[in-house]
Amino acid sequence: MDLLGFENYLWLCTALFCIGALGVLIRRNVIILLMCIELMLNAANLLFIAFSYKWNNMDGHIFVFFSMLVAAAEVAVGLALIVLIFRKYRTTDIRMFDKLKG
Amino acid sequence: MEINNFVFVLLSLITLLCAMGVVLVKNPIHSGLYLVLTMFSIAGHYVLLSAQFVAVVNVIVYAGAVMVLLLFVMMLLNLNKENEPLKSFKVKMLGALVSGMLLVSMVAMYKVKMTTQSMAGIPISKDFGYVKPLGNLLFTKYVFPFELSSILFLAAIVGAVFLGNRNKIEQ
Repeated sequence: MDLLGFENYLWLCTALFCIGALGVLIRRNVIILLMCIELMLNAANLLFIAFSYKWNNMDGHIFVFFSMLVAAAEVAVGLALIVLIFRKYRTTDIRMFDKLKG
Repeated sequence: MEINNFVFVLLSLITLLCAMGVVLVKNPIHSGLYLVLTMFSIAGHYVLLSAQFVAVVNVIVYAGAVMVLLLFVMMLLNLNKENEPLKSFKVKMLGALVSGMLLVSMVAMYKVKMTTQSMAGIPISKDFGYVKPLGNLLFTKYVFPFELSSILFLAAIVGAVFLGNRNKIEQ
């Protein structure tokens, strides 16, 4: 990392985030969309860890923990919703999610 | 230090290629498996940044729990290439254009804002990334968000169980 420069983590995380955004834009399967959101979250996590290494400050690790927590909770509830929608409409198309009320 | 650079380049290539695999592969199961690989390579990055505990937690929580849940649901719903909903070519091109522009604008922003002085950094301490300083931080400075996260998890559990049992409740 000393020779290569810290900026490479910035480029890597930006590229990872944009790949996740690309996935959200071009896919219709809700499960793939959830996975692309995970990709974007992981890009942010990696940048947190990289900066906490850079500044010798472990608060970034704590932020990563909390973001993992939120991601796990999100996936649990999201998958329950996906299974319900699939039972009713026999598809995991994101367009079916405008049928949700409440 | 050269071995670190080599490992960094290798892990970055694996990460980006597998992330592209997640997005571009048609079969959802294959996407999930590519995401598992991405998570493992990101855990490798964490080890490289001497955040060993976070790396282990990443493997257990993401590559373990979350991905098993996702793959299990995909297999439960019997998703495959045939019933995969697809967008038209035009929409795909537009999406690629938008995310490419996002990439370019973010890189340009870093290039403008970043100076050698602002990226100087501090050498890391001896126990950086160990469990002890992490636990000290989590249970002193960040104890309130930690407690709040337990409420979040309770809400998630109740929500998931309620949604899963909805038919029984309505009957």
